[in-house]
Amino acid sequence: MLEKILILLCLSSALAEQPCKPDASDGYKVRLSIKTALGDEAYVWNENEMFLFRATLAFAMRSHLNGQEFDVSNIIVCDETPRVTFWFVVTSPLNTSGLVDKGVVEEAIRMSRNRINSAFLLTDKTLEFIGITPTLTAPVNPDTPPWLIVFGVVMGAVGAGIIVVLVSPLVLKKRKKNEETDEDEEETGVKAVENGSTREGVYNMSFSDDERLTQM
Amino acid sequence: IGTASPDSGVEERPKWDNKIQYLLTCIGFAVGLGNIWRFPYLCQIYGGGAFLIPYLIALVFEGLPLLYLELAIGQRLRMGSIGVWKSISPLLGGVGIASMIVSFLVSIFYNTIIAWVLWYFFHSFQNPLPWSQCPLNDNHTGYDVECEKSTSVNYFWYRQTLNITPDIETSGSLQWWLVICLASAWCVVYICFIKGIESMGKAVYVTATFPYLVLTIFLVRALTLPGATDGLVYLFTPDWEILKNPQVWLDAATQIFFSLSVAFGGLIAFSSYNSERNNCERDAVLVGVINSATSLYASISIFSILGFKATNAYNSCREDNILDLTNHFELSDQNMTLENYYQWYDYLNSTFPDEVASLPLKSCNLQTFLDQSASGTGLAFIVFTEAVMEMPGSQVWAILFFIMLLSLGLSSMFGNIEGVLTPMHDLKIVPKWIPNEVLTAIICLASFLMSLIFTLGSGNYWVEVFNGYVGSVPLLIIAFFEIIGVIYVYGMKNFSEDIYFMTGSRPNIYWKACWMVISPIMLLAVLIAYVGLQAQKHPTYPTWNPDYELFPQTQVKDYPDWVFAIILLLCIVPVISIPVVALYELICCKIQRSSARAEPSPYCNDGFVVETQEQNNQRF
Repeated sequence: MLEKILILLCLSSALAEQPCKPDASDGYKVRLSIKTALGDEAYVWNENEMFLFRATLAFAMRSHLNGQEFDVSNIIVCDETPRVTFWFVVTSPLNTSGLVDKGVVEEAIRMSRNRINSAFLLTDKTLEFIGITPTLTAPVNPDTPPWLIVFGVVMGAVGAGIIVVLVSPLVLKKRKKNEETDEDEEETGVKAVENGSTREGVYNMSFSDDERLTQM
Repeated sequence: IGTASPDSGVEERPKWDNKIQYLLTCIGFAVGLGNIWRFPYLCQIYGGGAFLIPYLIALVFEGLPLLYLELAIGQRLRMGSIGVWKSISPLLGGVGIASMIVSFLVSIFYNTIIAWVLWYFFHSFQNPLPWSQCPLNDNHTGYDVECEKSTSVNYFWYRQTLNITPDIETSGSLQWWLVICLASAWCVVYICFIKGIESMGKAVYVTATFPYLVLTIFLVRALTLPGATDGLVYLFTPDWEILKNPQVWLDAATQIFFSLSVAFGGLIAFSSYNSERNNCERDAVLVGVINSATSLYASISIFSILGFKATNAYNSCREDNILDLTNHFELSDQNMTLENYYQWYDYLNSTFPDEVASLPLKSCNLQTFLDQSASGTGLAFIVFTEAVMEMPGSQVWAILFFIMLLSLGLSSMFGNIEGVLTPMHDLKIVPKWIPNEVLTAIICLASFLMSLIFTLGSGNYWVEVFNGYVGSVPLLIIAFFEIIGVIYVYGMKNFSEDIYFMTGSRPNIYWKACWMVISPIMLLAVLIAYVGLQAQKHPTYPTWNPDYELFPQTQVKDYPDWVFAIILLLCIVPVISIPVVALYELICCKIQRSSARAEPSPYCNDGFVVETQEQNNQRF
């Protein structure tokens, strides 16, 4: 009796371990580089962190496959190394012995990649899913290329400078010409006044002084 | 020709506002892009400190005498290059025309380089810098293939700036962005030149001094970066063996010659605006020494930064290896670092040699990274932009660097344009009613239209053709004729008297020995060696061909025959004017003399002339 129980236990444990092994067809390898990412503020990788990982992954599966209630127990992890790498497989909640297809897992992870990364304060480079390439961020393409703006500013200044330098002597010349014609007009005007002036003449003092002298 | 023919009293020759303007203009003309990107490269490949010996010898025996000669002759005869040579002897008028043609051709391609600098300058105002990232390919699944295989910096230069074709025969089309950059470059040159040396003299306060400021800032910054001292040590470690290689001496002589910008006619024009009694000996020595000192100073700055870049590349090479090893052997993260890399490597190699051998590890050697040298546009637009990316605050450094290149290029352009404009005034082919501003505008417009060739897809290849062949052999020939013309046709005695008139003392034995013997011989030797070396093999050029098997290495191709013909034309057309004008003058002169004998002039009484000659003979 005892032997049968032992054999059953062994078989069941063997079966339970079967889904997750290195190079599993439906599993993925995960590699974390915590010290590289966080330096002095790196946290230690322990059982709790592993629990968080499994929970996050279950969340990702739930978000992708709406309706299927994935639980932490559906994420099976194995082959952990000091590098902090491990393999994981995902079992389906509907059929505990069946594994979720690799493609589906990949899609789920892609969709929630950002959330998974931020749960661990890591980035696409430091939390790697071997086999799932991160989607590249499309480069920001502003409507007006910034270089055209700088070009416009510089060329505007240069063009304005050219126009100013070329036009200002012409303007000065014109102004000088106008001043000269004004002066000519003033001179002719003064001449006309001079000719017709009746106030010119030297005052003859001898007549006014006569009265004083004769009073003696 | 003791008394210079004075300009007609109506039009006064323009003058410098003060001595500083004149000196700064000459220094700015001499100090150009070559001081930044050619001299450090030569220093590096020719054994560092040891290269300074042939360089200084060439400066003392070839550079300074030629410089002094040009400044003195311009100041004395007070005309541009054509006028000066015509005054010395009508047969030498072709030397001036040759200078003018060379100045024109050089200014065309030189401003294209300024247009490229402007393009990079406009793009330095972005975060992140556009040459730091590869663009995505069409369906956003990965990076652009060409960019992946080479680097993002190379891609930005060859594809997004030049849009280069695989060889010089494929011309491609006009790249509109380069056309507008070129137009803005010519507009900037025009606004500085609009009032002749009045406006240029003010612009030169900025363009000649700003590069020194930027070089100092870079030096201070670079010396605080890790690896700077490695670069400096590498640069200056002398390799005395290299002095046995004659190529070194040739390169030193050509470098000093092209660096001082003699034979362009620009220096003659600049000194012709001086007052007559100016100490041009001191000026020449000052300009020559400052030019070489700037080269040295620039190479210190540049090499500190290159040392930093090499150290970075070395570190990232090792870090890649560390990552490979850590991932393969599942070691704890950050257990293997740069400090203990070698101990770990030895340990792993001894315990698991097969596995280590199977990994794609790169061999990282600091020397290899330091050896990666570049000169010319490769240094400025590829190597330096890459270095700037790794410095914190890269936009600021990029902007500073490109403004510095802009100032250097502009101040050299001033000399080139002056070498074209002043002879045109001297030739008096321009009617008086055209104001100077309009003439300058016409020249700038004509040059802009001609330089549109360099905005084609194959433009960079054409710039290399012009750079290599217009700016080399014709200048050597012109300089040789200059020195022969002044010393042997004008006469050493007359020239000494002129210098005594200008500076108050006759030239000493050093100058005389150089002018009469050493410099002409050196020039001739350099010319023959240069032409000989070029003629030995069919000229080739490196091309950027994405379809090449060994891409991203450049594919070396031969110049096709029609390009070779153009190269020969570029070398010959400037210098052909020297013999042509000489022949023309000889034939004209003979015709005039023979026609004068045929018709006796009513004013020419031979009896009277004979009498005075006898009187002269009696007197002495």
